[in-house]
Amino acid sequence: MSDEKLLEIKNLSQHFKTGRKSVVRAVDGLNFDIYKGETFGLVGESGCGKSTTGRSIIRLYEATSGEVLFKGENVQGKKSKTELKKFNRQMQMIFQDPYSSLNPRMKVIDIIAEGIDIHGLANDKEERRQRVYELLETVGLSREHAERYPHEFSGGQRQRIGIARALAVKPEFIIADEPISALDVSIQAQVVNLMKKLQREEDLTYLFIAHDLSMVKYISDRIGVMYFGRLVELASSEELYRNPLHPYTKSLLSAIPQPDPVHERTRRRLAYNPEDHDQSEEPEFREVTKDHYVLCTSKEFEEMQQQAPV
Amino acid sequence: MSNETILEVKNLSVSFKTANGEVQAVRDISFSVGKGETLAIVGESGSGKSVTTKALMGLLPAPKGYIKNGNILYGDEDFAKLSDKQMTKYRGKDFAMIFQDPMTSLNPTMKVGTQVMEGLRMHRGMNKEEAKTEAVRLLELVRIPDAKARMDQYPHQFSGGMRQRVVIAIALACDPKVLIADEPTTALDVTIQAQILDIMKDIQEEFETSIIFITHDLGVVANVADRVAVMYAGKIVEIGAVDELFYNPKHPYTWGLLGSMPTVDQREEELFAIPGTPPDLLHPPKGDAFAPRNRYALKIDYEEQPPMFQVSETHYAATWLLHENSPDVQPPASVQQRIEEMDGKWEAGQ
Repeated sequence: MSDEKLLEIKNLSQHFKTGRKSVVRAVDGLNFDIYKGETFGLVGESGCGKSTTGRSIIRLYEATSGEVLFKGENVQGKKSKTELKKFNRQMQMIFQDPYSSLNPRMKVIDIIAEGIDIHGLANDKEERRQRVYELLETVGLSREHAERYPHEFSGGQRQRIGIARALAVKPEFIIADEPISALDVSIQAQVVNLMKKLQREEDLTYLFIAHDLSMVKYISDRIGVMYFGRLVELASSEELYRNPLHPYTKSLLSAIPQPDPVHERTRRRLAYNPEDHDQSEEPEFREVTKDHYVLCTSKEFEEMQQQAPV
Repeated sequence: MSNETILEVKNLSVSFKTANGEVQAVRDISFSVGKGETLAIVGESGSGKSVTTKALMGLLPAPKGYIKNGNILYGDEDFAKLSDKQMTKYRGKDFAMIFQDPMTSLNPTMKVGTQVMEGLRMHRGMNKEEAKTEAVRLLELVRIPDAKARMDQYPHQFSGGMRQRVVIAIALACDPKVLIADEPTTALDVTIQAQILDIMKDIQEEFETSIIFITHDLGVVANVADRVAVMYAGKIVEIGAVDELFYNPKHPYTWGLLGSMPTVDQREEELFAIPGTPPDLLHPPKGDAFAPRNRYALKIDYEEQPPMFQVSETHYAATWLLHENSPDVQPPASVQQRIEEMDGKWEAGQ
């Protein structure tokens, strides 16, 4: 992980109209940076806006307001075709459902090579095939798989195909939206190990979106916790788990069942009630301890600072 | 929890007829469930855990799926021998089921109240008024706020967690002796999951219901289970009290499951992943089905299926590693460390 900012998200908002007068503020004024080479985890419960954030960053949605700067350039806004192509090559996505994200009527070789074709990365058919073989081997499949169709693969294998497809255009940044949630436990570990290995070898930066907090902790360098379209806490994953400050994060962490029966018999859950907050002013995102940010009011900020270990 | 056995499954085998031949989804499994006890069944997709519960409920898709062998003993009856029609007496009454996806198990065009009342009128012979009062009571039991008003709403007006509560209320309508929950919290967020688990435990305590809980989440298992059965490729490979399974696991597959979940303290080292994929049950392997993925596999594993070796009075595991002539193999270091870090400790003779 370096100090170089690969991605800067500035005041990003994504609102959806659900009726003539009603608007859903799926993402509301989000601010965070992703550094080159790191894995940034985004966690929260369903409906908190984590997937929408990912989709806005990669421009699957046009943001309502705010900026997404990738290497200093805004991703959002009007773009020419060549500019768009350039962005698309640098940013790729891995989806949650390995069943619906692969075209059932395309052979694996064509699925993986789609990006190669679009960006003209192979000079001839042979080179294209070789590149696909390489990619298949990189993700732990074999070259015989190239001529098969997606339905011939298990969920874990499909997810590997999805990863190979994302890698095909040599991106720098990959958004993984719940990439392991649909997989079995033993297969989850395989895919996570693969993603970590690829990160080291290909110098990738990840945005890892998930609701499984233990896996997020394991894979991420830093974690942002989202609640109702806003980031409520941001810290290194170590710090966040050891020293959660926002009551929502505390409640979320206390709800995870651990594979340890004795621990489970004594575990106490903390409830979160948004009304318990100091209502006297609008909360802001503040740095409570070094690199540990919490959405809080000035009064809460002071309290947290007093409690925080020095 | 008493020692009274309420359900006993003996040597159950379930197969499916397919165009390519017979798929042996469940292969010779035996277990029992005690009164007021929660038995968790863990395993990967395709391990046969859901098929087992479908066989218990008489819900196998006939004529493709059928019970090939074995007994399902409940009271004086053997469910394996009953016709579909005879099963209706028990299904939804003595045996109730909660499915993973609450949206597909509710009828989207029927009011929630009507759906809860359905079972009450059919199995318990209540009239409309009685059923209505009882339905409100049930919805309150699963802690649905403002239950009376919610009776007249449709499933789409409920959130995922609330829908699952409705499904539980329906399952409870006929005061079941055995509740089968097939991944009931998998589709839910952790905080909602915690609430649903609490509700189920409270209900169990109040009514002494026996629960068969299917899940792949070991955290949930540790939370709800009294006993655990681990399934792999249609067989139970390890079964025991929850503490035995977590603190003294014996089967390499159980080690793999424990090792593939990251702990809160785990950081740099790789996760202990089980290599490969489960076997095709169209042609189950000759020996131990887990052998090709098992780094501790012995020669005999490829030739002969291991029997259930007894570890303690309640703990059994099907692995040749427990045979007296096998080499002394300990769980991998990462799994040992995992167990070491747990709050509960295993002491011999416990």
